Amino acid sequence: MPAAADTDRNTGEAAVTPPPAGVTDSTVPAPILRVNNIEVVYSHVILVLKGVSLSVPKGGIVALLGANGAGKTTTLKAISNLLHAERGEVTKGSILFEGEEVHSRSPSDLVTRGCIQVMEGRRCFAHLTVEENLLTGAFTRKDGKAAVAADLDLVYSYFPRIKERRKALAGYTSGGEQQMTAVGRALMSRPKMILLDEPSMGLAPQIVEEIFEIVKNLNGKEGVSFLLAEQNTNMALKYASYGYILENGRVVMDGEAKSLRENEDVKEFYLGVAEGKRKSFRDVKHYKRRKRWLA
Amino acid sequence: MLGPVLETLIGGLLTGVLYALVALGFVLIFKASGVFNFAQGAMVLFAALSVARLSEMMPLVVAVALSVVIMIVLAYAIEFLVLRRLVNQEGIILFMATLGIAYFLEGFGETVWGSNIYKINLGIPKEPMFFFESVFPGGLLIDREEVAAAVGCAVLVAALAIFFQVTRVGRALRAVADDHQAAQSVGIPLNTIWLIVWAVSGIVAIAAGMVWGSKLGVQFSISLVALKALPVLILGGLTSIPGAIVGGLIIGAGEKLAEVLLGPLLVRWFDLAGGGIENWFAYMLALVFLLFRPQGLFGERIIERI
Repeated sequence: MPAAADTDRNTGEAAVTPPPAGVTDSTVPAPILRVNNIEVVYSHVILVLKGVSLSVPKGGIVALLGANGAGKTTTLKAISNLLHAERGEVTKGSILFEGEEVHSRSPSDLVTRGCIQVMEGRRCFAHLTVEENLLTGAFTRKDGKAAVAADLDLVYSYFPRIKERRKALAGYTSGGEQQMTAVGRALMSRPKMILLDEPSMGLAPQIVEEIFEIVKNLNGKEGVSFLLAEQNTNMALKYASYGYILENGRVVMDGEAKSLRENEDVKEFYLGVAEGKRKSFRDVKHYKRRKRWLA
Repeated sequence: MLGPVLETLIGGLLTGVLYALVALGFVLIFKASGVFNFAQGAMVLFAALSVARLSEMMPLVVAVALSVVIMIVLAYAIEFLVLRRLVNQEGIILFMATLGIAYFLEGFGETVWGSNIYKINLGIPKEPMFFFESVFPGGLLIDREEVAAAVGCAVLVAALAIFFQVTRVGRALRAVADDHQAAQSVGIPLNTIWLIVWAVSGIVAIAAGMVWGSKLGVQFSISLVALKALPVLILGGLTSIPGAIVGGLIIGAGEKLAEVLLGPLLVRWFDLAGGGIENWFAYMLALVFLLFRPQGLFGERIIERI
């Protein structure tokens, strides 16, 4: 059984703050998602996540940061229960969405309950039109055609760009349009929470900003919570209220987005900003040692 | 000269309809699950056997309805016992699994229904019809059963096309065909979708099995019809329903015409015996297509962003 919530971080990372409140206001909303010390193993042998804990407050935007192979995508897939298809398995810990264990639920069940993932690389259905793509997102809904049509209009109001392309095959639209289609498709399921995996991948900075603005809007106006896996640390910390940094399948640091942005290590390792004058190798070594200690 | 050629052409097109029906079963499953279902021929045999044997005991309509139920149960069994266990395995492994299903079904069909040759009587008079007797000497001879089969096939295809293009489930089927995992991530349950396609292609197998069965008698060789569907698939494209239809028609008409027109020429020019063209013509045509247009006439062009 997983350890109790407060003592679950047995990985020895520097930050020992209690689970984040996320939003900056004084009221502390109950988390919509809690991940408690999960371990994920692929093909029974490859240990990818070595005890990841995080929590997303209701109505919050939380960023999950880290380099390639740190375990961001695996964490998201563990939450949305898409690991099975890749022979991955959560072997330890627990994942609670709205207080209920997700492990025994099928992905479509989770979508019905309001937790949907937008996968890395957009993954639009290439041979379906943009509009058909959006409509597949409403597959799990049982509230009738009128409600779905209303939400289609809502999605188009957030993404006017893809309204123009609604009849085009999704495979022939641009990367930005595909990312918008993918987010819009998720929105069609009326989610409470979207797990957004690397929305900035392969897109021009301008488009990335546009998409993040929409995410912020959706969060504010529709009350959708976001867990955002990103390599674009700068952008993610600008829009998220709280951040976790993953390294080698462990959370090595977490905190308010603002404090992470100002943290020396984060600046050095993830934002590519170094303080002051050029460093000697000694300093670099120092940082490397420190990094290892953190992990 | 024109009369017999026209007659051959029409006869060929009507046979082509039957090829198309079998090919359709392949396309449905391939589109939705990326599985090349080698068991389609065995499913046609099994469906034909069940219609034939059940219709001995009850009216044809009831027998067909019961067979539909049987094919749905079969689809469920295949999904539950085989496909579900092999999710996300290599295509070749799934293909081997369907090979196993094919041989199992052939044997199991015999176990359940018996191994004699059985008849299906569709209640359509066997005497052929004659058309255009005023235009051609003797008129055009056309088989009523084949006409009925063609009409039935057209209705079935139209229904399927509507199902795929317009309905919610049809859209989900196409989504699964495009990207399993993404479909799963938006909440489309893969198991249900696979169950649906196998059931639908089982129903298509009933249609094909009934028509073939009433023509040739229900016997083991029906399952070999699947082999004739392969060139149809290559011609039409593995992922295209219209492709399966047009491919079936081209192959059906092509091989009959080749037999009638090409045969005598080969005899005259090269002094060959000239027979058996019907047997290889389809495969040669398929080979030519593989060389010059591998996605087939209507196959989805692979959309790839670079």
